[in-house]
Amino acid sequence: MAKHHVTTTINGEEAEYLCEPQETLLDVLRDEVGLTGTKEGCSSGDCGACSVMLDGRLVCSCLVLGVEAQGKTVETIEGMADGEELHPLQQKFLEEAALQCGFCTPGVLIAAKALLDTNNNPTETEVRYWLAGNLCRCTGYDKIVRAVMDTAADMRGA
Amino acid sequence: MNEQPKQFKWVGTRTIRPDGVDKVTGRAMYGADLTLPGMLEGKVVRSPHAHAKIISIDTSKAAAMDGVKAVVTAADMPLADPTPVASGEAMINLRDLSDNVIAREKVLYEGQTVAAVAATSADIAERAAALIEVEYEVLPHVIDVLEAMKDDAPVLHDYMFTGGIKPKPEKASNVANRVEFSLGDIEAGFAAADVVIEKNFTTEPVHQGYIEPHAVVADMGPDGKVDVFCSSQGHFMVRAFVAGLLKIDMSKIKVTAAEIGGGFGGKTTVYLEPLAVMLSRKAGRPVRMVMSRDEVFRASGPTSGAALTIKMGATKDGRITAGDATLYFQAGAWPGSPVGPAAMTAFAPYDLENVKVVGFDVVSNRQKVVAYRAPGAPISEYGVESIMDELASELGIDPLEFRAMNGAKEGTQAAYGVKFGTIGMQETIAAAQATEHYKIPLGPNQGRGVATGFWFNIGGESCAGIRINEDGSVSLTEGSPDIGGSRASMAIMAAETLGIDVNKVKPSVVDTDATGYAFVTGGSRVTFATGMAVVDASKAAIDEMRARAAMIWDVDVDGVVWEDGHAKPASTNVGDFEPMSLAELAKVANKTGGPISGHADINAKGAGPGFGTHICDVEVDPDTGFVTVLRYTAIQDVGRAIHPSYVEGQLQGGAAQGIGWALNEEYIYDADGKLENPGFLDYRVPVASDLPMIDAILVEVPNPTHPFGVRGVGEVPIIPPLAAVNNAVAAATGVRFNALPLSPPAILAGLADKE
Ligand code: FES
Ligand code: FES
Repeated sequence: MAKHHVTTTINGEEAEYLCEPQETLLDVLRDEVGLTGTKEGCSSGDCGACSVMLDGRLVCSCLVLGVEAQGKTVETIEGMADGEELHPLQQKFLEEAALQCGFCTPGVLIAAKALLDTNNNPTETEVRYWLAGNLCRCTGYDKIVRAVMDTAADMRGA
Repeated sequence: MNEQPKQFKWVGTRTIRPDGVDKVTGRAMYGADLTLPGMLEGKVVRSPHAHAKIISIDTSKAAAMDGVKAVVTAADMPLADPTPVASGEAMINLRDLSDNVIAREKVLYEGQTVAAVAATSADIAERAAALIEVEYEVLPHVIDVLEAMKDDAPVLHDYMFTGGIKPKPEKASNVANRVEFSLGDIEAGFAAADVVIEKNFTTEPVHQGYIEPHAVVADMGPDGKVDVFCSSQGHFMVRAFVAGLLKIDMSKIKVTAAEIGGGFGGKTTVYLEPLAVMLSRKAGRPVRMVMSRDEVFRASGPTSGAALTIKMGATKDGRITAGDATLYFQAGAWPGSPVGPAAMTAFAPYDLENVKVVGFDVVSNRQKVVAYRAPGAPISEYGVESIMDELASELGIDPLEFRAMNGAKEGTQAAYGVKFGTIGMQETIAAAQATEHYKIPLGPNQGRGVATGFWFNIGGESCAGIRINEDGSVSLTEGSPDIGGSRASMAIMAAETLGIDVNKVKPSVVDTDATGYAFVTGGSRVTFATGMAVVDASKAAIDEMRARAAMIWDVDVDGVVWEDGHAKPASTNVGDFEPMSLAELAKVANKTGGPISGHADINAKGAGPGFGTHICDVEVDPDTGFVTVLRYTAIQDVGRAIHPSYVEGQLQGGAAQGIGWALNEEYIYDADGKLENPGFLDYRVPVASDLPMIDAILVEVPNPTHPFGVRGVGEVPIIPPLAAVNNAVAAATGVRFNALPLSPPAILAGLADKE
């Protein structure tokens, strides 16, 4: 099968890759581009571990084809910190122990950032429904929800 | 929240975990994240039948496909000895394990592996797997535990005769084993009771539901040396099983523990690892294998579903006089359900004189069960705690008070054999009674339930090494895969013992060549047992540093004490010497005898039993049967919280899993014995919008055998929720349910019966 040549922007840098027509964006990121921070938990759109931003929209990268990223911008967990400076959400997740195994964490962080980028004062219910597509089996969500709300409060205060 | 006791500098503080930045930036390497040059991708062929004889396997078409580098079947695996070996918290027979890794003569459940392929891409491997032709003779199957016990049930293993009964039965059966624990005289106990309640209960198999699927990279060289990188709860366990199954010397196998994306007991065995090694041996190249979510559900172990009969009696003034339980547990295709621990824990939270528990381990055509957080205990204690609630209401006694009146204390003789030492059962009940939560008024269709839980916790083998580096920083090595923040606790315990800044300690979980044996991360043992090894190793390094200071000062080593990170003269009699810090001693180590280190290789004993009490408020929608959890409080005696945030996290996460077990989760099979819901859409684990905040209250009754008082904490929290939810639903609806999950259709049916 002929591979497709795709040009895209990943985490602010121009990127090129070759991919099979049936390959998902998740597989491309992990196997062709070498960005393994984005995780696969189900490959059916049910767990959110593969969450990335595609042209500013929160998507499950397991439900997007690699070829669909042509000409678009992709943001992954690897691009969330600014060099050594962690994003406030990343910092808060560490301070408040909002992760145990950490496998859901990249997807949760990407999704939470997408929320705070549009709503800097979410209610607990809004956070819970926004993150309902990101399964975490370790934490019971308590510390995740608190960390997101506390980050929002800090960002409003700043 | 508990204030940390004054005597500690680091223990009880909320440090940033050492592996944290890697995990929030995507740098952490999990099982599927490693790529090696020339690496192949492996895929598995699975049985489409619940029970069938394998007539033939033809791999020729697959092997001939472009890009396919190796195909393996059971013929490539040596015949294993049928000897039981330790696996997590249970014993496992290597022959059974081998059959579960790759089927030899029969398939015993849908999803069992029959062959595997390695190819240059996952896509090719998958297409090649589809070309493998397996001819089966389909056999009658049985799924349900009570069905499997019937005389005319299809028998899975014609060599299996029920153990634990005399004389040995003459007929093979699906009942692998019978266990019994008893104390006193239950007949007399029930005769003395004013109220006796007896009920049957059922629970369905539930999956651990770790978000990271099983994953491995294996690389076998032409010299027979094997490197394995995988996600597991014990890389020494992986080494032992790969060595045992493939008959390779352990010294030739090096297993590196990947970061692990959840396990909860489900990663205390092997599935893909031996296959990846077999494929790599054939292909001469590294092989990666990763399960899909469908495979995780279909082919890795859930915990048992069960049928229970529980009978309890009490006097009018609230004293329980007897407890009797019969437990039937599904083991899956081979023996080894957690019915033993279920039987031992069933009545353990209470100080009872007359107890009898009988358990049956029953095979059927399902996935082989594997440990799930406090294996067995949530199931048996669910039945007991539901009856406790009913007894309390019959007697007109507050359910927490009723538990306090009968609760285990120091000196209580448990039916399973031990006499409890220092335990915190009563303290957790008192803390529950003191919560605001317990006093909040409830509205219509709302109800409150409470339940307690008990788990043994274990110790076991752990090793640790402390190396004092030339600059005064400390490298800490150990072998317990870190599943929920244990490296943070290890660093805290080392820093506290050594008297240095916690950020000077770097803890690492190193490969099987680089540290001594560690039993699996399971049994809530790591912070207790590996923590003990870390403290012992730190003390050994301290002794070495005292000796170095004694040498420099030219005094007897007994004249040197270690305080606050410094060697100091024990008294003015020893002499007037400036204290030397760890960093100063490290700097001159080359002049005083060379590198400084401390090691400990231990088998930790004296794990403190754990008790918890949970309070749950629910609202039941009478029109839809949907249960909403409104409030939840989890209280537990944790001994001593080394890192309180991660201890709270255990309570919260365990409670959430227990709530899922109670409300949503179950394995559903069709008439052919095929799993109908192998995905997160239809097997619904709790999502963020399903749950409220979960208040975690840490009660600290220190475990006297641990230097800091640690008790295991990870497992207890999954035990009380099943009954706490069940009791809350009973309070909200006036209907006592006795089957999990409490899904909307089940609730609606119960409500309709009531009318
Ligand atoms: S891997 Fe994409 S949603 Fe689970
Ligand atoms: S921290 Fe393990 S799945 Fe969320």
